[in-house]
Amino acid sequence: MFATAIIVFREVLEAAIIIGILAAATHSIPASRRWLTAGLLLGLAGSGVVAAFTDAIGSLASGIGQELFNAIVLGIAVLMLAWHNIWMSSHGAALATSAKSVGSDIRNGRSECSALLLIVGLAVLREGSETVLFLYGISALDIHGQSSMMLSGIAGMLGGAAVGYMIYAGLLRIPMRLFFTATGVLVLLLAAGMASQAAHFLIQADLLPSLTAPLWDTSAVLPENKLPGMLLHSLIGYDSRPAGMQIIFYLTALIAISIGMKLARSPRQSTLHK
Amino acid sequence: MQRLLLISLLLPLATYAAGADYKLTIKSHRFQPSELVIPTDQRVKLLVVNQDATPEEFDSYDLNREKIIAGNSRAIIFIGPLTSGRYVFTGEFHAATAQGAIVAK
Repeated sequence: MFATAIIVFREVLEAAIIIGILAAATHSIPASRRWLTAGLLLGLAGSGVVAAFTDAIGSLASGIGQELFNAIVLGIAVLMLAWHNIWMSSHGAALATSAKSVGSDIRNGRSECSALLLIVGLAVLREGSETVLFLYGISALDIHGQSSMMLSGIAGMLGGAAVGYMIYAGLLRIPMRLFFTATGVLVLLLAAGMASQAAHFLIQADLLPSLTAPLWDTSAVLPENKLPGMLLHSLIGYDSRPAGMQIIFYLTALIAISIGMKLARSPRQSTLHK
Repeated sequence: MQRLLLISLLLPLATYAAGADYKLTIKSHRFQPSELVIPTDQRVKLLVVNQDATPEEFDSYDLNREKIIAGNSRAIIFIGPLTSGRYVFTGEFHAATAQGAIVAK
């Protein structure tokens, strides 16, 4: 019964952490709340659809449809997180200091908000469809104690959401001076972690070589099925037994997005120095 | 034309079952066989057949693999190359009974 809570907790945790970080990062964009909520609702609706079509998705592309689906969803999320971070590098400071003087385009952040919608929608879609399948499996079982399993599923869900909220509330307490750096770094690590996960699925599908697997094994010290490992997995993409290819994806995303952020920031800094 | 389309749609299903090296069956939320011996240093194509009506997630931290198999359906999982050792996997959705291991020798 406790296992039920943990499984649901783990699925919800990843989406909740992403939502928590993004909700904090876009705190100063007035329209962001609406877009985040819309993404959440679309993701929930979508996870029902994906769960219903698991078999069909799975049998695509000679049986590796599920891996392809996950890799594509993660790939889009990485691109959107990259876009978000680069956008925040060029407009974030302006939003925080002089929210009234910046143009309405930036204040409404229309393009940024559609990226938000996609990121949250996709995160909920991926993790949500697995939760739906799991809970469906429980509800289909004809056993005693079914309702208590459902209750513990709900407890897991609330636990995951609570961690997401704690991250959100914690980030908002960070002084403004450090706030954009902190949220920027967190989003950057989220994106790199997702890139590594995308590589993981492409290796599982035999579309990419693993290039030494595992590259290291820290499962004895920091196992992924215990809370610290679980949190680190969702936050920075920690993997206790990663393949070499995953590290290449991780570092590539990390470096590419950092360069993009730097380039987006530099025009303003050079005018400040003049 | 329609028949051709139908055949081309069915083709992937036929081929992926045929090329598998090893087979695992899930029945009554248990893996059969519960232990599978495979050679070391080789990429292995594993066919997992879920004969239960409920979905199952093949999950293994040891193998760094996770895949959902819908009820009454089959899936392909690529494993390895592995160094010699015992690699535990579970059916995460029914972890109390669905336990197994891959032994690389």
